[in-house]
Amino acid sequence: MFKQNIDFLGKRKIALVFSSVLIISSIVSFAVNGMKLGIDFTGGTLVEVGYQQAADLTVLRTALDEEGFLDATVQNFGTTKDVLIRIKPREGVSNVELSTKILKIVNRNATEPATIRRVEFVGPQVGDELTEDGGLALLYSMFGILLYVAWRFEYKFSIGSVVALIHDVLITLGFFSILQMEFDLTVLAAVLAVIGYSLNDTIVVYDRIRENFRTLRKDSSENIMNISLNQTLSRTLMTSITTALVLIALAVLGGEIIHNFAIALLIGVGIGTYSSIYVASPVVLALGIVQKDLMVPIVEGEDIDFMP
Amino acid sequence: MQNHFPFWKNLIILIVFVVGIIYALPNLYGNDPSVQLSSSTTTKLEQSKADKIEVSLKTVDLNLKSFEFNANKGKILARFHNTDDQLKAADFLRESVGRHLTVALNLAPATPEWLRALGASPMYLGLDLRGGVHFLMEVDMDAAIKQAEDRYNSDIRSALRAVKIRYQSISKENGFIRIKLKTEETKQATMDLLDDDFRELTVKEADEPLVLLVKLSENEQREIKNFALAQNMTTLRNRVNEIGVAEPVVQQQGDHRIVVQLPGIQDTTEAKNILGKTATLEYRLVDIEHDVQKAVEGSAPVGSRLYYEKNGSPILLKRHVIVTGDQVVDASSGFDQQGSSAVFITLNGIGAKKMGDMTHKNIGRPMAVIFVEYKSEIRIVDGKKIRHKEKIEKVISVATIRDSFSKRFQTTGLDNPMEARNLALMLRAGALAAPVDIVEERTVGPSLGQDNIDKGLMSVVVGFVLVLVFMAIYYKTFGLVANIALAFNLIVIVAVLSLLQATLTLPGIAGIVLTVGMAVDANVLIFERIKEEIKIGNTPQSSIFSGYEKAFATILDANITTLLVALVLFGFGSGAVKGFAVTLSIGILVSLFTAIWGTRMIINWIYGNRHIDKLSV
Repeated sequence: MFKQNIDFLGKRKIALVFSSVLIISSIVSFAVNGMKLGIDFTGGTLVEVGYQQAADLTVLRTALDEEGFLDATVQNFGTTKDVLIRIKPREGVSNVELSTKILKIVNRNATEPATIRRVEFVGPQVGDELTEDGGLALLYSMFGILLYVAWRFEYKFSIGSVVALIHDVLITLGFFSILQMEFDLTVLAAVLAVIGYSLNDTIVVYDRIRENFRTLRKDSSENIMNISLNQTLSRTLMTSITTALVLIALAVLGGEIIHNFAIALLIGVGIGTYSSIYVASPVVLALGIVQKDLMVPIVEGEDIDFMP
Repeated sequence: MQNHFPFWKNLIILIVFVVGIIYALPNLYGNDPSVQLSSSTTTKLEQSKADKIEVSLKTVDLNLKSFEFNANKGKILARFHNTDDQLKAADFLRESVGRHLTVALNLAPATPEWLRALGASPMYLGLDLRGGVHFLMEVDMDAAIKQAEDRYNSDIRSALRAVKIRYQSISKENGFIRIKLKTEETKQATMDLLDDDFRELTVKEADEPLVLLVKLSENEQREIKNFALAQNMTTLRNRVNEIGVAEPVVQQQGDHRIVVQLPGIQDTTEAKNILGKTATLEYRLVDIEHDVQKAVEGSAPVGSRLYYEKNGSPILLKRHVIVTGDQVVDASSGFDQQGSSAVFITLNGIGAKKMGDMTHKNIGRPMAVIFVEYKSEIRIVDGKKIRHKEKIEKVISVATIRDSFSKRFQTTGLDNPMEARNLALMLRAGALAAPVDIVEERTVGPSLGQDNIDKGLMSVVVGFVLVLVFMAIYYKTFGLVANIALAFNLIVIVAVLSLLQATLTLPGIAGIVLTVGMAVDANVLIFERIKEEIKIGNTPQSSIFSGYEKAFATILDANITTLLVALVLFGFGSGAVKGFAVTLSIGILVSLFTAIWGTRMIINWIYGNRHIDKLSV
């Protein structure tokens, strides 16, 4: 392989500006646009029907309007033959009977009956719980990571990794907010997987930094970090490429239901790769890491990295 | 000697490989369209009966693939070559034995006998892949507690009456049962009585003189909730069995919810009706001593209540209920001699005795049958959930008792055969201990299920091939070795999922796809390390050795953190996320094995124990 010698940390000011712009735009978008939450979180009813031929959405909309479903959104899903109807939680009506009613309306004006492909109803109380549980899951995983990294490395590294993760999560969510893509349960799972993935990248870099701090004693911290980043660069890129390849396959071929999930992961893998280089390490440097922090052999004696 | 595995290590890896292939194999065989028969009552299906059914099935013009009887489970599974035959057979069986047996359509895995003997079976597909309905039902615990309070209210009254303690009033007030007594002595006696006979209640004296406040103890409240949940699960299980679903799931989730999954069911309206309904019958004597007209004007006599018959005419019925649906042990629907819909009822011992006594004493008097249905639903009003409850009572028949009867009899007056059939089903399956609400429903039609399988499979295959090509180009020989390990990885994941019978969902497939991308990471780490070692001038042999050794700690750290996140995802618990977490965790663990030991074994075979000048990496 060619010899890389890129001064990653020298560009950390540019990276700081870049990251700040992305994070600020995300936060502004949360405030202005909010998230387009799916019914998993808001509660409501969703009916997907499949027609034999391209569906006439206008007819369907009128029929739904006439029956008083003024807030129903009707749109094609994947193909022109498939239609997705969404209804918000309604006041004063039992949600249980809603899906049955919608199906009747759908089939009333159809020359050939549409088939039900999917019905989802999520009660408001379940939606609230999922939102709460989802937030908790994010917090728990961050906290677990903070502890694990502090135990295996050092607290400055654990702060660095968590800063990088918050960075990744905020920006991934920001994309969904800015593009107004629907955020449902599978996307939440993707965001959590992004945490796992990005952390994986960061740990590999940290591992090398730790190793180099112990072997290359005379260099400055910044230099040692740069050397470590360069040494792990081709691995970082290779893994990102293979992961991105399968995610592209999933986004293109996996169907509508899994599409946003794949997109969230793709964005996350991109941002995660960037952050493991330009966020996780500069934070550790900014916290003033010195060789002494890592010189004392960490609890385990069998640590292979420590061997010459 | 570097780069040589001891014999036992090679053996273990090869054994895992072979076992993996065997247990992944059942997934290659499809499913047989089949019909499943099981007893609809508690008595198990017997061999002799199964033989008779087999003979009768063979008389029909059908292409029967196999007929299996499982004596332990009391189930018959008849497999067919195509769905036409399956449907024909199901119709035939419903007509001939449907009264006593539950007939359900099923897709039975066509796993060959020798694999089944090894306990191998295909992965268990989730509802989003096979199609079906998923309900999450919430048991109304407040209602269960309220019912218990009502019961204690009347129990305390009878207990006090039995020992002749006279009280001023007993009423319910802010979650307490309030007993007002007449004297200090009776108050003390009441407290003693409650202490002795109602240990599950906590009693305290109110500020007001001669008043006792009684409440269910914490313990008792918990008991009641547990009972309500357990009873509802049993009832739901019975009802699900009545609907005729091949592999239903009825499972507790949390402390007040029940998950019901019905694979293959399309008609959710019917399923919802049957699952959530609380319907029963009550038998009461008609009050012929008092004037109905007076009751209509507003003064019903004590001990009687005013009802209206189907035709709208008023009728006075005794408050005392002779028997209720609780005492029904069996019920079936059909037609009476006049050809109108009827339910045939069999009572248990206590019910039969009560009915026998009552009808014996009251020959010549009219008796009424009341159909009681509780409709309950949650409505959102001003953002708050409010339970809307309705008790619907219909007098379905009034007839003169001509002769005494006890255990078996028929009840007519139902509107149509459908109503009779559903009522019989409700009576057989038992009542719900507390009302349930459907708080989540997810239905997936069969066409979408198949679509999801096809698309999921396609993404796995394409993603897999892309990674294979990329790795082979970039790492050459070592890339090919990593590819073999990746294929091995996929096979073992499928085998583990099949063995655990963990539910495979669409997000689960996504998890597998993601693992395919990430599983090569361990190999990338190792190979990059080997390249570095060569660059600093080490020999190929020692580069391989130290490459694997040095990368190991990094791989472990990196994967443990990902596993940590997968565990949090699993704990999060909701269906879609859980499926993803399961395959992701299994994938990570398997990839550690295949990427570290699997590739090492092959690399050792290729390069170990010989002199090499150059590595193809």
